[in-house]
Amino acid sequence: MASITLNNLVKKYGDGFPAVNDISIDIADGEFIILVGPSGCGKSTLLRMIVGLEDITDGDLLIDGKRVNDKAPRERNLAMVFQNYALYPHLTVYENIAFPLRLAKGKHSEEQVTKLVTEAAATLELTDHLQRKPANLSGGQRQRVAMGRAIVRQADAFLFDEPLSNLDAKLRGQMRSEISQMQRRLGVTSVYVTHDQTEAMTLGDRVAVLKKGELQQIASPRELYEQPGNLFVAGFIGSPSMNFLPATVEGNILKTVLGDLAVPPEKAAKAAGKKVVLVGVRPEFFEDAKLVEESKRGHGSTFTATLTHTEWLGNEQYGYITFDPAPEVRELLDNLARDMDADELRPQIVVTLDAASRIRGGREAEIWLDTRKLHLFDPETGENLTRDAAAGAALTEEANEERAEEIASAQGTSVHHADGSMNGNERPQDTRGAQETTGGAGSTGGATGGAGSTGGTTGGAGSTDASPGGSTAAGGGKHTAT
Amino acid sequence: MTEKKTKNKVLWVVVGALVLLYALFPVASILATSFKAPSDLTSGKFLPTGGTATTSNYEQILVGDAQELFLSSLRNSIGISLIATFIAVVLATLCAYAIARLDFPGKKLILTTALAVSIFPVISIVTPLFNLWRTIGLYDTWLGLIIPYLSLTLPISIWTLAAFFRQIPWELEQAAQVDGATTWQAFRKAIVPLAAPGVFTTAIIAFFIAWNDFVYGISLTSTEAARPVPAALAFFTGASQFEAPTGAISAAAIIVTIPIVLLVLLFQRQIVSGLTSGAVKG
Repeated sequence: MASITLNNLVKKYGDGFPAVNDISIDIADGEFIILVGPSGCGKSTLLRMIVGLEDITDGDLLIDGKRVNDKAPRERNLAMVFQNYALYPHLTVYENIAFPLRLAKGKHSEEQVTKLVTEAAATLELTDHLQRKPANLSGGQRQRVAMGRAIVRQADAFLFDEPLSNLDAKLRGQMRSEISQMQRRLGVTSVYVTHDQTEAMTLGDRVAVLKKGELQQIASPRELYEQPGNLFVAGFIGSPSMNFLPATVEGNILKTVLGDLAVPPEKAAKAAGKKVVLVGVRPEFFEDAKLVEESKRGHGSTFTATLTHTEWLGNEQYGYITFDPAPEVRELLDNLARDMDADELRPQIVVTLDAASRIRGGREAEIWLDTRKLHLFDPETGENLTRDAAAGAALTEEANEERAEEIASAQGTSVHHADGSMNGNERPQDTRGAQETTGGAGSTGGATGGAGSTGGTTGGAGSTDASPGGSTAAGGGKHTAT
Repeated sequence: MTEKKTKNKVLWVVVGALVLLYALFPVASILATSFKAPSDLTSGKFLPTGGTATTSNYEQILVGDAQELFLSSLRNSIGISLIATFIAVVLATLCAYAIARLDFPGKKLILTTALAVSIFPVISIVTPLFNLWRTIGLYDTWLGLIIPYLSLTLPISIWTLAAFFRQIPWELEQAAQVDGATTWQAFRKAIVPLAAPGVFTTAIIAFFIAWNDFVYGISLTSTEAARPVPAALAFFTGASQFEAPTGAISAAAIIVTIPIVLLVLLFQRQIVSGLTSGAVKG
């Protein structure tokens, strides 16, 4: 296990274009960091720089405080899971997982290799497939083999390069929770590249948002969502994404296309002196005015608008309001859309309404907006004028504490996870969730049958096996001890 | 539906039979001729006439008068072709790997030059080569044939192998490096096993080219020291000067064909298509 430090990393290609520009991130031991951004933002390049597959043009890369810029990938002791798995097609699943062990010549005896591979396979529910070739496996199984290759050796950190993007949606959700639990169980530092928001928000302790090779903001998912640093982060994080309305400030009143919105004075004060600001409104800040409780109503502002259409989703519904901004604002919004890989659409506002709302498209309706949560952005610099840095930092600090707790509980009480009784692909998700909660309480052992025994063997390895490459559980044990 | 399928099947069988007939008739004809007695050669019949089928032609080239001429040339052909193939494949593998993986100045130039060399007419080089070889002492030696054969086999080997290497996902090699392999180990353990079918295919093509060459074989040799089979066939004579050596030549042609057929049968198993499937999401 190790910490990774990125100091002003720069990657320039032959034509002088900086694919990664001056990025500094401190990754703590055991932390799960997500690199996210639209395609071409340099997230994969950054990951490959960490693992050593791309040269570092400038800056320092430190693993556990040691500079590794000039070290070959094999000397960095990192494990990587590739987007297309990169399994060796001529080797069986067993040999694929054993590959890193065999390369470390003389370090492992044949029995040790067998033991380590069998353990890794059991964790990933691959025991039945060990003698098959990768070509005969399903996508999810291949993905697990790729992870097996990573966990079988005691790597200092795991690097994931969009590992789930080749899977179908259902499997993706399952693998996501598996990766998350595995990371907690092993307590291993992880860096994960994705363009998928759900993966970024659910997996990461902290999420680094990148745009055109530059780090926009790095914070816990909640801080990113609630206290975005700038226009880009605000628009990129969240689905449906944040609405941006041009507005002029007059005292405590914002004049927008939706009408005049009264905002709390402390927010309005932040925008003082600016002629035009962009108001960032998340869809869920809106509500059907008829359904807002009296006690809440005072915290917001009500306006009338005509929705073009609504989409009913069962638990909520989306309504759409189109508007025609001034040309210069329009250009700004178009640029923003382009930055985020989206098409330049006709500017529209998405509002989330309660599922019970009777508002329908084409008719005038009264809509309420919670003005406490609004963000105001400087249209020129994109800076978030109303960002509360202290509140944001508190959110990230909270996430850090949660991580420490989760790792401790994952390694303490629910180390035994391999419930071989269930078939990996068909495993219902809710069972898994239930197991997690009960596991935390330390009462899973008997319930999941085979799990108890597996846990026992890996645990034993931790105490008896003194070899440098102990078992996965051994590493976990050491970590908890320190 | 089923009717259409049967119809399709019949059509394919007919077409297949026609192609086979077209391709194999000359071979069958030579095979039949090789068993004819000299007197039977002009009979105009496809098969040896009434009970006169004889192995005398084979005896002649393997143990008889032409033995020395044929066997020594067979030895030369096998030796020269194998060595030329081996060198071509080893060089081409390294070259193609570099071309597929690395970005270096002059990459295009190498590929274009290779192509240019391979389209250059052989006959136009033979005369200067003949003079040169005689001057520097390579005339009528194995090496004197291996070098020009390399000029024939290398370009096509480089092109086929480069195309083949490009299909192998680079991630495999990178994964191996991350897993702890040196550059050489990654090449040997992740790339070579995958490239093997391509290398075998290339080797077979290169071997055929060297094996089938006639122009260099007849121009750059003068004795049994280096003369390959295709050239040697031209030196067969009949039992008397009034007898055509057709029978013996046919018999030799059949014998020369056997190694090629064997090679293809042997390596067919190695040329397993789709070995790379499963490495990446297919």
